[in-house]
Amino acid sequence: MAAEVLVHPQHAPAQMLLRDVHVLDPRGGLDERRDVRVRAGQIAELGAPGELPADPEEELLEGSGHHLLPAFFDPHVHLRTPGQEHKEDIETGTRAAAAGGYAAVLAMPNTDPVLDSAPLLRSLRDAAAREARVSVGFLAAITIGSAGERLTEMAELREWGAGGFTDDGRAVQSAGIMRAAMQYQRLCGGVLSLHEEDEALSRGGCMHEGAVSAALGIAGIPTLSESTMVARDVAIAGYEGARVHFQHLSCAASVDAIARAKQRGVRVSAEVTPHHLLLSEEDVRTMDTRMKMYPPLAGGEDRRALIEGLRAGTIDCVASDHAPHAREEKEVPFEQAPMGTTGLETAFAALYTDLVLPGSLDLALLVERMTAGARVFDLPAPAIAPGGPANLTLVDLGAEWIAGERGWESRSENCCFAGRRLRGRVLLTLAAGTVAYRERAFSVVAAT
Amino acid sequence: MNHLLSIEDLDREAIERIIAQAARFAEVSDREIKKVPTLRGRMVLNLFYEASTRTRSSFELAAKRLSADVVNFAASGSSVEKGESLKDTVLTLSAHKPDAIVLRTPWAGAAALVSQWCGAAIVNAGDGKHEHPTQALLDVYTLKDRLGSIEGASVWIVGDVAHSRVARSNIIAFQRMGARVTVAGPPTLIPRGIETLGCEVRFTLDELDSADVVYALRMQRERMGDTQVPSLREYSALYQINARRLSPRQLLMHPGPVNRGVELSGEVIDSPQAVITAQVEAGVVVRMAVLYELLAGRRGPSSAPGQREPSTVAADEPRQLA
Repeated sequence: MAAEVLVHPQHAPAQMLLRDVHVLDPRGGLDERRDVRVRAGQIAELGAPGELPADPEEELLEGSGHHLLPAFFDPHVHLRTPGQEHKEDIETGTRAAAAGGYAAVLAMPNTDPVLDSAPLLRSLRDAAAREARVSVGFLAAITIGSAGERLTEMAELREWGAGGFTDDGRAVQSAGIMRAAMQYQRLCGGVLSLHEEDEALSRGGCMHEGAVSAALGIAGIPTLSESTMVARDVAIAGYEGARVHFQHLSCAASVDAIARAKQRGVRVSAEVTPHHLLLSEEDVRTMDTRMKMYPPLAGGEDRRALIEGLRAGTIDCVASDHAPHAREEKEVPFEQAPMGTTGLETAFAALYTDLVLPGSLDLALLVERMTAGARVFDLPAPAIAPGGPANLTLVDLGAEWIAGERGWESRSENCCFAGRRLRGRVLLTLAAGTVAYRERAFSVVAAT
Repeated sequence: MNHLLSIEDLDREAIERIIAQAARFAEVSDREIKKVPTLRGRMVLNLFYEASTRTRSSFELAAKRLSADVVNFAASGSSVEKGESLKDTVLTLSAHKPDAIVLRTPWAGAAALVSQWCGAAIVNAGDGKHEHPTQALLDVYTLKDRLGSIEGASVWIVGDVAHSRVARSNIIAFQRMGARVTVAGPPTLIPRGIETLGCEVRFTLDELDSADVVYALRMQRERMGDTQVPSLREYSALYQINARRLSPRQLLMHPGPVNRGVELSGEVIDSPQAVITAQVEAGVVVRMAVLYELLAGRRGPSSAPGQREPSTVAADEPRQLA
């Protein structure tokens, strides 16, 4: 039997009573104040606010009406282990996840070496069991070294717990190899998670092709580089009956292609990042290297199409594409800087501040989209229901903070939202029944 | 003015002030002894990450005519080749306490970045394909000298706009001085969105007649490989400025070095309409004016940025020079 995809944190199970919290679980239809008891890492019972009796064996937390949400699931993070531990490792990356309210993440295989073999996968899973604060799954590469030439041993990788396959950071340029991967998927399963980029169109580019790139004299990447590959892979997936997921969408044309594919019944899903939802090419004008990522921040109309796609469900889930880089790697001229922004610690607050508060998106819908990544990868979605594992995050929606002001849990600080005033602060995260994160100022109330 | 990073930072008044100062320095250049003591004891560091003889020597000459000390630092053959980062190189060279750093790099935004790292006045001598503000100033100076005023003039910038920092700085500078700017060239070499800078875009030279000034850009032969133009032969047939296309009332400019027979034909280069050598001459006096604007009346460099007095121009200096 194949190994379970997620490796869970091995800390002591939580025993606590969360008193008078506002439980919001869109899938379970819950939106009301409740007491929630967690016993041995499981959600034991829900009761009327202030009604559940405290137990001296448990920690008592006064929720004061703060929101208790199913903890978030991130289908796209870079933990940089092995080989790039100066940027991030499993411990610091999952600490950042926990601080952002996530109970589980899927790590990308574009490490050094690339995760393209079962022995490497097994050693990473062992490391995650020792070091991770939240549940971690690993995606394996589609092709050896993500070089786009030969398929990895997908069946064996799947057997050892690969959560799916991706060459993220690169795209599979050859339609023939892509087709072979989709054919092989019939044998081994596992979602193909696709970074889309036609390198013949993007080569040499550092930012979105448009008015800002023209003014800065920086070579642009046309949105075509993404959308034509999305269209290609929708066609192949339709032909092969494959199950594919599109990573970090950045433009209206890709959203359109996916909407049409879904209408035709092709088994596709898609994710979008907070930065593509909230920022645009205008934010690159100062050539701040934190604003450099792939795909590049596009135009305002693309941004609006992404928000609408997320709202309508064409885009299934939010992914942070948390991509840490060391300070000295980003402290260079824009064209020399590596692509990527961190995002785990700011994703919820940034989206809450800029989409929910102005009324563009319901809070319940945001919570749904921040947890839906689990279902996309055929994993159980976190739920607030008795009998299930405690994957919970407690959030103070009124709390205001400045991103990065008190440092980061991540080893890197290349966050595109750094310095922004955000609303909504994570107070507590439980991952697989263990306490993964606790806001320092959020104190324990002794049970009486 | 603390730095010259982008022509965007200069309003019309500032451009005119620098041009007027350059005109005063031009008189010095005609004297037997071409030196003034204005920047004696100051140090100008030329930090060049790209090959450049014209711009570098123009800055060197400008600094020397102002009696400043000049140190040239070329990236090739230096610690940069051993992997030193731009930031570390700048911090190391800052130990010599330069008053100004003239910086040329292949990277957009590098000059602005360096201005955050050290206390010297930074002069952008070309940052990637982004900007080349002193080129724009010397072009404005040259045009003003010939036309009297640029107001209302029609300037056509022809050729490889996509890879040209000169084009970007000049589109802004000429418009700021009241000119109407049109860019023309093959669609593969006109960046999408360039019209947002306020210029017109043409893909042929059919209406070149309407121009008062034709500014031809250097066609970079090394870019022929990447399919942006099918051949130099066809490019020349469609876009070369030659005697057939250039009318006698038009002025011809070019930032150099010229590819004779590619973007310009030999006969127009040598015609009296061409002001290409006047541009080179203007380069020295305009760069003198820029260094003067940045350094005269300013204290020596502090170790950290932001602690500097705003530069002021001593009231008696211009008179003394003129």
